[in-house]
Amino acid sequence: MRLHSKVIGAALCVASIVAPLAACGGSRSQQMDGMIISYQASEPQNPLIPGDTNETGGGHVIDMLFAGLIGYDKDGNVVNEVAKSITPENGNKRYRVVLNDDWTFDDGTKVTAESFTRAWSYTANATNAQMNASFFASIKGYDALQKSGVASDAQLPGLTVVSETEFTIDLTEASATFPTMLGGEAFFPLPDSFYDDPAAFGSHPIGDGPYKFDSWTHNQNILVRRNDTYHGNFPARNDGINFVIYTDADTAYSDVQAGNLDLLDNIPSSSSVTFQYDPTVQAVNNPGSVLQTFTFPNDMDHFGDDEEGHLRRQAVSMAINRETLCKKILGGTATPATDFLSPVIPGYSDSLDGADVLTYDPDKAKELWAEADAINPWDNDTDVLKFSYNADNPSAKSIYDAVAHYVSNSLGIRAVTNPVSTFAEYRQEITDRKLKTAFRTGWQPDYPAADNYLVQLYDSAAADGNGANDGDYKSPEFDKLMDKAAAAPTIGEANEYYQQGEEILLNDLPAVPLFYQNAAIVSAQGVHNVETNWKNMPVLQDVTKDME
Amino acid sequence: MTSQTPDTTASQACASAPLAGQERYVAPLDETPLQQVDSIDESQPASSMWAEAWRTLRRNPLFIVSAVLIVLVLLVAFFPSLFAKGDPNYCDLEHSLDPAGPGHPFGYDLMGCDVYTRTVYGTRASLSVGVLTTILVVIVGGLIGALAGYFGGWVDAVLSRITDIFYAIPLLLGAIVVLQMFRTSESIWKVVFVLALFGWVSVARITRGSVMEAKNLEFNTASEALGLSRIKNLFRHVIPNSLAPVIVVATTSLGTYIVSEATLSFLGIGLPSTMVSWGGDISAAQSLLRVAPSVLFWPSLALAITVLSFIMMGDAVRDALDPKSRTL
Amino acid sequence: MGRYLLRRVLQMIPVIIGTTLLIYALVFALPGDPVKAMFGEKPVNDAVAAQIRAEYNLDKPFIVQYLLFLKNALTLDFGNTFSGRPVIDVIGDAFPITIRLALMAFVFEGVFGVIFGIIAGLKKGKWYDSVILIVSLLLISVPTFVTGFVGQYLFGVKWQILPVTAGRNPGFIDLLLPACVLGSVSMAYIIRLTRTEVASNKTADYVRTARAKGMSNRKVTMRHILRNSLIPVVTYLGADLGSLMGGAMITERIFNIQGIGNTLWQGILRGEATLVVSIVTLLVFVFVVCNLVVDLLYAVLDPRIRYE
Repeated sequence: MRLHSKVIGAALCVASIVAPLAACGGSRSQQMDGMIISYQASEPQNPLIPGDTNETGGGHVIDMLFAGLIGYDKDGNVVNEVAKSITPENGNKRYRVVLNDDWTFDDGTKVTAESFTRAWSYTANATNAQMNASFFASIKGYDALQKSGVASDAQLPGLTVVSETEFTIDLTEASATFPTMLGGEAFFPLPDSFYDDPAAFGSHPIGDGPYKFDSWTHNQNILVRRNDTYHGNFPARNDGINFVIYTDADTAYSDVQAGNLDLLDNIPSSSSVTFQYDPTVQAVNNPGSVLQTFTFPNDMDHFGDDEEGHLRRQAVSMAINRETLCKKILGGTATPATDFLSPVIPGYSDSLDGADVLTYDPDKAKELWAEADAINPWDNDTDVLKFSYNADNPSAKSIYDAVAHYVSNSLGIRAVTNPVSTFAEYRQEITDRKLKTAFRTGWQPDYPAADNYLVQLYDSAAADGNGANDGDYKSPEFDKLMDKAAAAPTIGEANEYYQQGEEILLNDLPAVPLFYQNAAIVSAQGVHNVETNWKNMPVLQDVTKDME
Repeated sequence: MTSQTPDTTASQACASAPLAGQERYVAPLDETPLQQVDSIDESQPASSMWAEAWRTLRRNPLFIVSAVLIVLVLLVAFFPSLFAKGDPNYCDLEHSLDPAGPGHPFGYDLMGCDVYTRTVYGTRASLSVGVLTTILVVIVGGLIGALAGYFGGWVDAVLSRITDIFYAIPLLLGAIVVLQMFRTSESIWKVVFVLALFGWVSVARITRGSVMEAKNLEFNTASEALGLSRIKNLFRHVIPNSLAPVIVVATTSLGTYIVSEATLSFLGIGLPSTMVSWGGDISAAQSLLRVAPSVLFWPSLALAITVLSFIMMGDAVRDALDPKSRTL
Repeated sequence: MGRYLLRRVLQMIPVIIGTTLLIYALVFALPGDPVKAMFGEKPVNDAVAAQIRAEYNLDKPFIVQYLLFLKNALTLDFGNTFSGRPVIDVIGDAFPITIRLALMAFVFEGVFGVIFGIIAGLKKGKWYDSVILIVSLLLISVPTFVTGFVGQYLFGVKWQILPVTAGRNPGFIDLLLPACVLGSVSMAYIIRLTRTEVASNKTADYVRTARAKGMSNRKVTMRHILRNSLIPVVTYLGADLGSLMGGAMITERIFNIQGIGNTLWQGILRGEATLVVSIVTLLVFVFVVCNLVVDLLYAVLDPRIRYE
């Protein structure tokens, strides 16, 4: 029995306290032969199943192991992988997918149309409790799979297999941007062996991507090796990636300095000011796709979605010096926000009408504040503006302390922070709509497209708990533009509507954009070809290093 | 006292008439008159254990130094504006991590706040946490430990098992939960309460151990034999005689409570963020260790000095209360 | 003695049940819905959330959840973590590492604490007494996370004498610095406690008597002063072993040690009741056993204490 061997193992380790200790513990030895790049990671919070992975710990590994219909290059442009073509029909309400027929999984089986449709149905089916189920909400028949007691192998009616290499997708509503979603983790294919034993698959996944799974030592590392049969757009130039699990960014940074770790994309705040000048490491620092904002709930006193609220929101936004914040607090690992997307996302613009509300202008801020006071006065003795954040986020405290200082210095009001100890509790307060303060929000895109930022976060359909519109912002005008964009024939035209939508947001400020988190990467000496992609990650396939 | 030997008479005889060759001098009885063994010197004021202790304390340099320091810390805590002119909450990011300059002897922290002003204003919150927690812990822990150690039997068994339960729960787990219950509260009491809730156990254990030791001492057996009730005996003899280790632990703990507050801040569940405290500032500055060590240094120094003075005070009090160690 | 032992072992049962119940209640009372948190900042899919709640019994009332946990625990089935791993495996991986760390810290604080304490106590007032006292005070007055980061920076990064992190399969060298950091505060306590005890026993009547009777200095010190001084020290050490294991949260985090403390902290953050309760039960068990051993040691060290 497993327990016994562990307990005895523990006892032996106790007995041999002075003797060679390294022999104790899980002595699974892994051969690190060839050019294996070690990369800082965190322990996956779910099994390594694409449809059940919604956080970076597992996501980074899944991305290396699987290839979807399409992939994204480092600039966020869509390129075909398994798909030969994806063609819209019926005014963007149906998509016809034709596959290349020479792709295989690591176990030798072919990647077929069913590899996709079965996997998507499995994930969308609530009975299977997969974290990424919501990604299929736009496909016909999704709602029927959300009822309790649905058979676990029930299929999505909106997916029709035409042949081994062809299937169609029926959507409930027209969408021009739907195909851009298809490179995300939720849409990866699964081999037939998955359905025999999902749990076993989750600890030893079989994919069709540039790497294949080797081993996972819990809380220590995950090793993947180059897949020589892969012939897509992103072949590996190294022999494998070793995802080394760290719980603390400072420790990981120290290991890069000491040459024990090759790559790190999570710069600890203790080194954010210095890492670009640190002679012991190499640094890359580019604008990234993660947008950090703070949200005003629509029913917040003085900050509601009305004339007074809009003025006060604008005043607060203009009270903050984003340049200095990014430079001093984040050491230049962030770029001041100028819109509601990100510079690496198609559709970004730095010259939107009304974007000056995101620049520091304390005098203008005071004027706007005074205008709001004329509508409904703010009482400095009783009224306090609070900024909530989750305290287990390592950099939130210093950011929101600085924001609060700026607001109180610029506007002469009382502005304080309200840390909530854990992320779990913080999200609970938000989803229960209990926070009546401004609160920290951040958005990491699922796929590189404007709708993933705007529709998910600010559309009325995503409000009231139906999406990520945590402030319950509702603007019919904005919604209309989103619908127009979705029905637009090309992405270019869609993006024009999205930018018009952003201009509405800049006036209403349901959330105040602060900065784009940079893709900041530190690598050890002797590591080459470190480039960042739209996911704020290094392009792992391209990284090489000197071998002694 | 000399021991009574059988040949007393013989030696007395010798004293009066030394034998030839015997060099020893023995003073005649009229030069050193016999004293009554149990005589009481009526001219001296009545002495109590505490009065005696106070007299010793006043002459102890350790006490004087620590008392001066504590008075100083208390002054800073009560009247911070006498020591620093600025507003501890006024921070300008433009000054972030600027070095010391005129009017700003300790420089600025990451937020651009004046480190000197914050260190001065942080005294009150940090000191209050330490002092209040210690008082609570000594009362609760001391009482429970004394009862358990003194009465033994089932009282000891029950109380000891309760201490076991509390001791075994990790402080952080308890702290997260309890601090959440009072999360809307903006006072320091929630932190005091949590630290006391998980801190009383160590005092209880020490008290129990030393009471168990003290109750077996001869004077207890004697006073019980003389008919003193068990409760009275506990309070009059056992507790005072087992106080020394408790005082040592309590004074040391006072510092660690201030330190624990810093750890809770490090985890994001410490004092309200609007409150200036050393713990909060130290935990905020630890990540700047490699960039600006001085920001970490000053609040740490203030904390260390405070802890130091309380511990020295505790040592001095212990020396005064424990007559045995006085002859050192 | 045998009856005493039996009684103490029986007393462990209510302690362990009481603790698990208390912990379960505490974790249950933790604000925040762990299932909702799994979705991060993305929209929560209610149907999926309900399915997950049912899978982990989170939809049942508190007392039912607790009883189910107890029932399964009796068959050594502690359930799975949210990531799908059996809790027993998670603990099996983490526990040996923490035992190693805690024992090293324990030996460190015990040996150095007692030695320095005795030196300081015997030579109270000398200059090295002052040095020892000041160093121990500094250790107490600086938070562990500061000691840890400073130690890591100096020994690991700046001078490169010791490994920066422990990481995979930590050995003696990897754990040396973390163990010293973990044990440092307790060591300071032990120094002070030993010093106080030795100093007060040095002038005790029986020591004076022993000296007067011509016993050699060495024998007096070893047989009388030390033996009597060690009683409170042993109590402290015994109680400390348990808290060293539970208290390694900060140290394990700083040095990236995948032990019980780190696992527990992650469990608390994620609201994983079964994981947290299983770990705490284990810690309570270790703790209660240590206490029993301490109480038995009492009888050995102090002949006046007798258990019947």
